Amino acid sequence: MSQKPAIELRGITKTFGKVVANRNVNLVANRGEILSILGENGSGKTTLMNMISGIYFPDEGNIFVDGEEVHITSPKDAYKYKIGMIHQHFKLVDVFTAAENIVLGIKDGKYDLKKSTEKIREICDKYGFDLDPEKKVYTMSVSEKQTVEIVKVLYRGADILILDEPTAVLTPQEIQKLFAVLRRMREAGKAIIIITHKLAEVMELSDRVSVLRKGEYIGSVNTAETTESELTEMMVGKKISLNIERSEPKNPTDRLVVEGLECQNRAGVKVLSDVTFTARGGEILGIAGIAGSGQRELLEAIAGLQKVHSGQIIYTNPKTGETENLRDKTPRQIRELGVRLSFVPEDRLGMGLVANMDITDNMMLRSYRKGKSMFLHRKAPKDLAERIIEELAVVTPGTSTPVRQLSGGNIQKVLVGREIASSPKLLMVAYPVRGLDINSSYTIYNLLNEQKEKGVAVIFVGEDLDALIELCDRIMVIGSGRITGIVDGRTATKEELGILMTKTTNESAGDTNE
Amino acid sequence: MSKEKTARHGFEAPFHLAKRDDLKWWQAWLIRIAAIVVALLVVGVISMLLTKESFFKIYETMYRGAFGRLEKGSTVMLWIFLQRTAILLGLSLAVTPAFKMKFWNCGAEGQALAGGLASMICMIELGDKLPYPVLLLVILVSSMAAGALWGVIPAIFKAQYNTNETLFTLMMNYVATQIVKYYLYLEGGGSNKINPVSTGNLPIIADNEYLLNVIIVLVITVLMYVYLNYSKQGYEINVVGESRNTARYIGINIKKVIIRTMIISGAVCGVVGMLLVAGTDHSIDTNTVGGQGFTAIMVSWLGQFNPFVMVIMSALVIFLNMGSGKVTEACGLNSSFADIAVGIVILFVVGCEFFIRYSVKFRHSKKEVKA
Amino acid sequence: MISYIVRAILIGVPMLYGATGEIITEKSGHLNLGIPGIMYVGAIGGVTGAFIYENSCGNNIDNMNPFLAVCIPLLCSILGSILMGLIYSFFTVTLRANQNVTGLALTTFGIGLGNFLGGSLIKLIESDMPSISLGKTSSFFCTKLPFADDLGWFGELFLSFDFLTYLSIIIAIIASIVLSKTRVGLNLRAVGENPATADAAGINVTKYKYVATCIGSAIAGLGGLQYVMAYATGSWSNDAFGDRGWMAIALVIFALWKPHLAIFGAFLFGALFNANTYAKGLGVETQELFKMLPYVVTIIVLVFTSMRKKREHQPPASLGLSYFREER
Repeated sequence: MSQKPAIELRGITKTFGKVVANRNVNLVANRGEILSILGENGSGKTTLMNMISGIYFPDEGNIFVDGEEVHITSPKDAYKYKIGMIHQHFKLVDVFTAAENIVLGIKDGKYDLKKSTEKIREICDKYGFDLDPEKKVYTMSVSEKQTVEIVKVLYRGADILILDEPTAVLTPQEIQKLFAVLRRMREAGKAIIIITHKLAEVMELSDRVSVLRKGEYIGSVNTAETTESELTEMMVGKKISLNIERSEPKNPTDRLVVEGLECQNRAGVKVLSDVTFTARGGEILGIAGIAGSGQRELLEAIAGLQKVHSGQIIYTNPKTGETENLRDKTPRQIRELGVRLSFVPEDRLGMGLVANMDITDNMMLRSYRKGKSMFLHRKAPKDLAERIIEELAVVTPGTSTPVRQLSGGNIQKVLVGREIASSPKLLMVAYPVRGLDINSSYTIYNLLNEQKEKGVAVIFVGEDLDALIELCDRIMVIGSGRITGIVDGRTATKEELGILMTKTTNESAGDTNE
Repeated sequence: MSKEKTARHGFEAPFHLAKRDDLKWWQAWLIRIAAIVVALLVVGVISMLLTKESFFKIYETMYRGAFGRLEKGSTVMLWIFLQRTAILLGLSLAVTPAFKMKFWNCGAEGQALAGGLASMICMIELGDKLPYPVLLLVILVSSMAAGALWGVIPAIFKAQYNTNETLFTLMMNYVATQIVKYYLYLEGGGSNKINPVSTGNLPIIADNEYLLNVIIVLVITVLMYVYLNYSKQGYEINVVGESRNTARYIGINIKKVIIRTMIISGAVCGVVGMLLVAGTDHSIDTNTVGGQGFTAIMVSWLGQFNPFVMVIMSALVIFLNMGSGKVTEACGLNSSFADIAVGIVILFVVGCEFFIRYSVKFRHSKKEVKA
Repeated sequence: MISYIVRAILIGVPMLYGATGEIITEKSGHLNLGIPGIMYVGAIGGVTGAFIYENSCGNNIDNMNPFLAVCIPLLCSILGSILMGLIYSFFTVTLRANQNVTGLALTTFGIGLGNFLGGSLIKLIESDMPSISLGKTSSFFCTKLPFADDLGWFGELFLSFDFLTYLSIIIAIIASIVLSKTRVGLNLRAVGENPATADAAGINVTKYKYVATCIGSAIAGLGGLQYVMAYATGSWSNDAFGDRGWMAIALVIFALWKPHLAIFGAFLFGALFNANTYAKGLGVETQELFKMLPYVVTIIVLVFTSMRKKREHQPPASLGLSYFREER
C-alpha cells in the first residue's frame, strides 16, 4: 500500500465544557487495511470517530482524506468524502423494509425501489451479506439490523467505513460472519476502522491497532508484531494509586446467593447465562466488565426489575437467618418480605430519581408508602434531605430544588444518600462515580466503605479498574453475560482483570434463542 | 470555531435554539402573563377593527359582558359568570390528574355527559319514589359512577394494550352524545326535548341558584389540590407521569395507577355533569356540556396542572367568552366572535411555552482562524 | 336503495377529505385535532368566495362564468385552510407547542371563525332564515357527468356526483400512491416514524412537517367545501356541519392510516350515519343508536389494532411528539 492514506488525523483535540474527550490524537488508516481503535470505556474512541463522520467538529487539528485537507461539518459532508459510520445505536425506521431504510434520504434521480433492491442484492452478493431487502426492520435480529446499516453505508458509495463496537451485540457465529464480510471489503480496497475493546478480536481481525487511553493517543502498532499483554498494558496503563482505604471484612456471612441465573432480553437473546456467585455481608464485591456485558440485567434481576428465565436468587436475612427466594418477585414484594435491599441504578435521572421533582419528594420515592394514612408525610423526607445535603455536602439552593438542576455529582450524592438512609443489608451500586469529579468520587467510596463496616453486603459495578482493585474485597468479572472469573481484590492486577474482561471463548458468549 | 457550529449538521440557520436552563418560577409566569396581555390586546385590536369602537370602549364592554352592572347592585351577570367559570373549572380539575400522569383524557365532554345523563335518569325515574336526601345521594353516586365508567374503559385498554387514549376518549364523547340523543327521543318523544324536571333538583341555598354549584367546585378545587400534592396516590400519579422507569423501580403498579386515576378523573367529570343537569338545567340535551370538556383540556394545560392557577385561567376564558360576546352583541357582530377570541388567547399562551423552554440565541459568526 | 347509497357517498365525501388530509398530517408525526376547525374554515372560505362572486354578478346566473364560479370558492377555501394549517405548524413544529392543545384551540378558533363569518353574511342579506343560499354556485359545482340521467341506476351510482366527490377519491388514491410508492412518501413516513433517523439521513424534517400539515389542511378544507356546495346544495347555516370533522379523525384510525382504505371507510361511515333515515321499521330512538355505530366501530378497530400489535397498523411511532434535534 504505497499510496496516500485514506484518512489521516493530525493533532485532533475536542473538549466538551471542561471535559477533554480527545487530546492531540494522530491517526492513519490506509486502503485495504483494517485498523482497530482500542481503548476502555470513556477513552474517547467514539468521540474521535464522530468527528470523522461529521457529528462533531474538532476544536483543534486537521483531517485529511486522500492527502487533501477536508472540513467535515455534517454527515452529508462525510458521505461526500465517502466516509460512512455504523453507529452502535442503529438509526433505522422500524416499520420500513431494509431496502426502504437503505435508500432513505438519497436523491438519485427516479425513485425506483425495484432497481435499488437489485443494487442492494448486488452489494450483498459482492461482500457476502445475508440480507433480505424486503424484510421489515422490526422483525430483524440485531445482527440483521447491523447488516442493514453496513449496506446502507456501502450503498451510498462509502469506501472508508467506521464501525463503532460492531461485535458488542453479536453472537460468536454472527461475529465470524461479520469478520468475513469485513475481510472481503478489505480485499476490495476499502479502509475499515473498527472501534473495540475486545483484544481477541483485535488480534484476529485487524492489521494495525491504535490505542487510546483517557482521551490521549497512546500509539499504533502492527498486529502481527504485538501481543495481547502489550496491548492490555497500552490500554489500561500503569497502575495509579488512589489511596482508598480498605479494611478487612469482619466475619463475612453469605447474604445473597445467586445460582445459575439466566435472563433474556425482549428479543429473546440470552443476556445472562449461568451466573453463580455469593455476596457476603461486611464485604464489597466488585463487578468488572466491558459495558453492556450483562451488569445491568444482573442487578435488575436481583432488584425484581428483570424477568428471570431460570436460576435462583436467595437472600438470607441476617437477623433471623431465614432465606427468601427473590426470583419472580416485584420490587414491592421484595420490600414487603423484609428484604433490606437498596439499589443505585446506572440511570440516575431516568430510574433512580425523578428529574422534575425536588429533593424532598425524591427522598420519598422509597418510603412514601409507610403508614396507613392516605396522605404523604413530608417531614421525615425533608429532614432526611437536609441531613444528606449537610453530611454529603450537596451543593443546592435548598430541599425544594428539582434534582435536574443539580450537577452530576450532587445528583449522585442525593441518590446514594437516599439508598443508604434506608439502612440496607444489601446495597447494589452501578457505576456510582461515572461523570463525578475526584472529591465526589471519594465521598461515594467512603460511603460504600462505611456500609461495609456496618456489615452490609455491597455489590459495586464499576468501570475504573484502579478503583475496583483498591476498593473491593473480591472482584467478579463478567463477560458477555457469563462470569469469567472471581479474583481477590488485594492481589488482583489490572492486566489480570483486563484479560478476563476481554476473554471471549466460543462457549462464553450468549447464544441467540430465536 | 464557534461552539454552536460544531454541534450542527448541514444548514446554518441565523439563530440557534437551545434548551433553556430552568427559569425561575416567577420569570416563567411573567412570560405567561405577558402572553395573556398581548393576546388580550390583539383581541382588542381585532374587535376595534371590526366594530370601529374605541379601544377602551371595547374593554369596558367586555367587562360589562362578564360582570354586568355591578355598581348598580345587579349581580345577575356576575353569578352567571361564576357559574360558567365553576363548570369549566370543574372539568379542568377533572382532567388534570390524568394529564399529570401523561394520559391525554380528551373525553371530559363525554364523561360529564354520561354523568349528567345518569342524573337525569335518576331524576325522572326515581324522582317521586325516594325521599329527597336519599334521592340526592343516589343522583350523586350514579352520576359519579357513570362518569367513572366512561373514563375507565379507555384506561383499561391503555393499561392492558397501550391503546391510544387520545383517540379512544374522543370517540367515547360521541358515543355518549348519541346515547343522550337516544334518551331524548325515548323520554321526550318526537319533540326530542325533555322539559325541565322539578324532582331531584339540587337544593338552592341563600336564594341563589348558582351558589351551591360554585361552592361544590371550590371544594373540589381544594380537594384536588390536596389530592395531587399531598396524597400518596397523587404522588404516584406524578411519578408515573414523570418516569415510568422510576415507577417500576420503586414498585408502583403502573396499570393500577392508570385505571385508578381515570376512575377519579371520570367521576369528577360525572359530578360536573350532575351540577349541570340536577343543579342548573334540570334537563339535558346533547349540548349540555357545550364543548366545555374540550376547553377544559386547554385550561388544565394553561394552568400548568395547578388547581389554583386553573381558577384564574378558567375565569379568564369565561371572561373572554362572555365579554367578547357582549362586544359582538353591542356592536351587532356575530356572537361566535367569542370563540375566536378564546382561540387566539389560548394559542398565545400555548405558544409562549416555547420561550419558557427554549432560548433563541443568535449566531455571531466568528471568523475562522485556521492554518 | 340506489338513492341510499348515493346519499351515503355524499355524506362520506367530506369525511374522506378530512381523513385523507389528517392521514397526511399524521404521517409527519402530528396529530392535528384542529381538523374540524380547518374543515369549517374550508367551508366558510368557499361560502364567502361564492357569496362575493354571486353578488358581484348581480345575483343573475346568466352573468356568472362557470369557471370563475367554481374557482373562486375553491381558491378561497384552500387559502383559508392552508392558513389554518400554517398556524398549526408554526405552533407545533416551530414553537413545539403541545399538539393536542394547539389542535383543540384551532378547532375552537376555526368553528368560531366559520360561524362568525357565516353569521355576518346571514346578517348582511337580511334573510328571515338563519342560512345563506348559494344555489347558483352550487349548481356549477354539482354539474353531473354526461349521460348521468340516461343510464339508469348505473348513471345515478357512478356518474351523478359533483366533481368534488370524484376529486376526493382521486386525491385519496394519489395520496395512497405517494405515501407508499414515492421517495417523498418514504421520506414523509420516516419523519413521522423516527424524525431523528430522517434527520440523520439528510431529510429536512421541519420542511416535511410544514408541507404535510399544510397540504393535509388544504385537502381537509375541501371536505368542508364539498359539504356546503354539494351535500347541502349551497346552503350554509351555522353549526350544520356538525361533528363530521371528528368523524374524519375517527376514520383515520378506521382506515389504519391508509387513504385508499379511507375511501371505503368513508362510504361505510356515510351509510351508518345515514342508516337511521332508511331504517324505517325502527323507532326514532333506535335510529339514534345507529348513528353511534361509526364511533363504536372505530373504537373496536382501535382496540383490535393495539391488541394485535401489528406494526404496520399502528399510528406513526412519533405521533404527537415534538422533535428537537439537540435533545439527548
